[in-house]
Amino acid sequence: MSVGDILFWIVGLMTALCAVMVVVTQHIVRCAIWLLFTLAGTAGLFFLLGLDFLGATQLFVYVGGTLVLVIFGVMLTATGPFLQLRAGAGEWAIAIIVGLLLYGLIALSWLFADWSKLPESALPDDPRQMYHTEQLGRALLGDTSVQPASELAGVPGSLGAADKASGKLQEPPKRQASAFLLPFEIVSVHLLVVLIGAAYLARAKRKRVVVAPRESL
Amino acid sequence: MDWLTIGLIIFVISWLQILCAYLIYLERKVAAWVQDRKGPNRVGPWGLFQPIADGLKFLFKEQVVPAHVHRFLYILAPSIAVITTMLAFAVVPFGPTDVPDPRQKRFIIAPNLDIGLLFIFAIASLNVYSIILGGWASNNKYSLLGSLRSAAQIISYEIPLALSVLGVIVLVGSLNLEHLLNEQARLGIGGWLIWYQPLGWLLFFASALAESNRLPFDLPEAEQELVGGYHTEYSGMKFAMFFLGEYTHVTTVSLLMVILYFGGWHFPFVAEFNANYPGATGVKVLVLWTKASLVILVIMLLRWTLPRFRFDQLMHLAWMGLVPLSLLNLLSVMIVRHWSLSPWLLLPCSVIILTAIPLLHRWKSRQLDWA
Repeated sequence: MSVGDILFWIVGLMTALCAVMVVVTQHIVRCAIWLLFTLAGTAGLFFLLGLDFLGATQLFVYVGGTLVLVIFGVMLTATGPFLQLRAGAGEWAIAIIVGLLLYGLIALSWLFADWSKLPESALPDDPRQMYHTEQLGRALLGDTSVQPASELAGVPGSLGAADKASGKLQEPPKRQASAFLLPFEIVSVHLLVVLIGAAYLARAKRKRVVVAPRESL
Repeated sequence: MDWLTIGLIIFVISWLQILCAYLIYLERKVAAWVQDRKGPNRVGPWGLFQPIADGLKFLFKEQVVPAHVHRFLYILAPSIAVITTMLAFAVVPFGPTDVPDPRQKRFIIAPNLDIGLLFIFAIASLNVYSIILGGWASNNKYSLLGSLRSAAQIISYEIPLALSVLGVIVLVGSLNLEHLLNEQARLGIGGWLIWYQPLGWLLFFASALAESNRLPFDLPEAEQELVGGYHTEYSGMKFAMFFLGEYTHVTTVSLLMVILYFGGWHFPFVAEFNANYPGATGVKVLVLWTKASLVILVIMLLRWTLPRFRFDQLMHLAWMGLVPLSLLNLLSVMIVRHWSLSPWLLLPCSVIILTAIPLLHRWKSRQLDWA
């Protein structure tokens, strides 16, 4: 076990512990802090795996952006009924079912993935061979020539059936080129809807004033 | 295990702590000079050992944790302040990175990180947690007020900060700090990005001051209004850690500004791109730190020159001043890049935007007053 592996285990276990604490903590600010540690730990895992861009984005978007808002909201609502969060039995049941389903999905995809296709090390020896931000952006927009070995990552349509026999990566057919474009657009529209909704909820609620016709100067 | 990196990290952390101690000394001297006083002058010649005495005092002070605070978060907050600023420093080159043997002379902890700038912004955006948590955990009205102000301030100023640097990124086409620096050095003094991005630089300067809570943007602390703001309840080493974080942030920002806009270690005739006379590396390091020191000095002089903003002025400046200006700046860079025009066009462009928009704004507001 290399130092990287040991670090990965330590960070991973701590992240998992923080995630459990998010669920069992009842005080809302402490809960938000545990969530902060969980998200930061995930970013740390990304960095340990050599995914700099993903790690920085995780910090930027989740840890930096969302949680500032969470804490901001918490401070303004941390009185009375919102201070202690207590989940009812029904909520626990739904949460456990959803959690188990998600866990099952992850476990199944882990079990059925063909790990022999994975390269020996996640990091190529030559740093120039690594996937750069530009390639990531092009892959996102559906440029299939730059997509990484992505059967494990679940990218739609990057490995054909014929390729599995030879075990080598081939150019995927052009027909499936728009790999991430549609989900990307859906997320964008979703965010827009959230923004509009937030603006609608937070708008100043004024009484309607009947505007008298303006007399001419 | 890379022992060189570990040694470098230990060296950089020690160096930053000494530097921060002496920056505080410098700040007190500058303040004294501005206010026609003498400043620290008792410990050692010209008070030069004052930072050491202060440091020892902080270390040996009793570690008081007030009874009414949230213990864990109270201790966590100053740690976050130090950790985030130190982490951000990991990708900032503090010397030339194109030296012949990088195994022997390395001036960056994490070399060749393609997303250097993004990493700095991502880490620096976490710094706000130290203030929010410190203010909340202190369980004190003044602290909470200071931290709430700071949350609004820092979130608002992150946007113009990132937008102003986007101009540089689009112009050079890289997020890699070393690449940005070497590109400028290669083109000589005409390649310094300050010629193409004067407006971007001003916006960056203003937003960076706000991000590091320096005057005129020090609303989270605001001694006169908030008894110290978020660090009212802190004493001893925990108090010192907040300031270690702040001064490390100032150092990082100054180095970043020099690297992004003033050609880094490049200086005509003294430290050219292909200079390889004996001792060239040392001269380059010296040039870089001299430039950064000048920026730090300007930041300190600003502190004792400008009054603090009122809160509504602060928000007005960010959202109605800096954000539109930085968007226009970005637009001009994009136009120049798209049609491959001469980048020198950006200089008049910046000047026009900087003069026309406030005039327009003034004319508009006067019209509204009249109506």
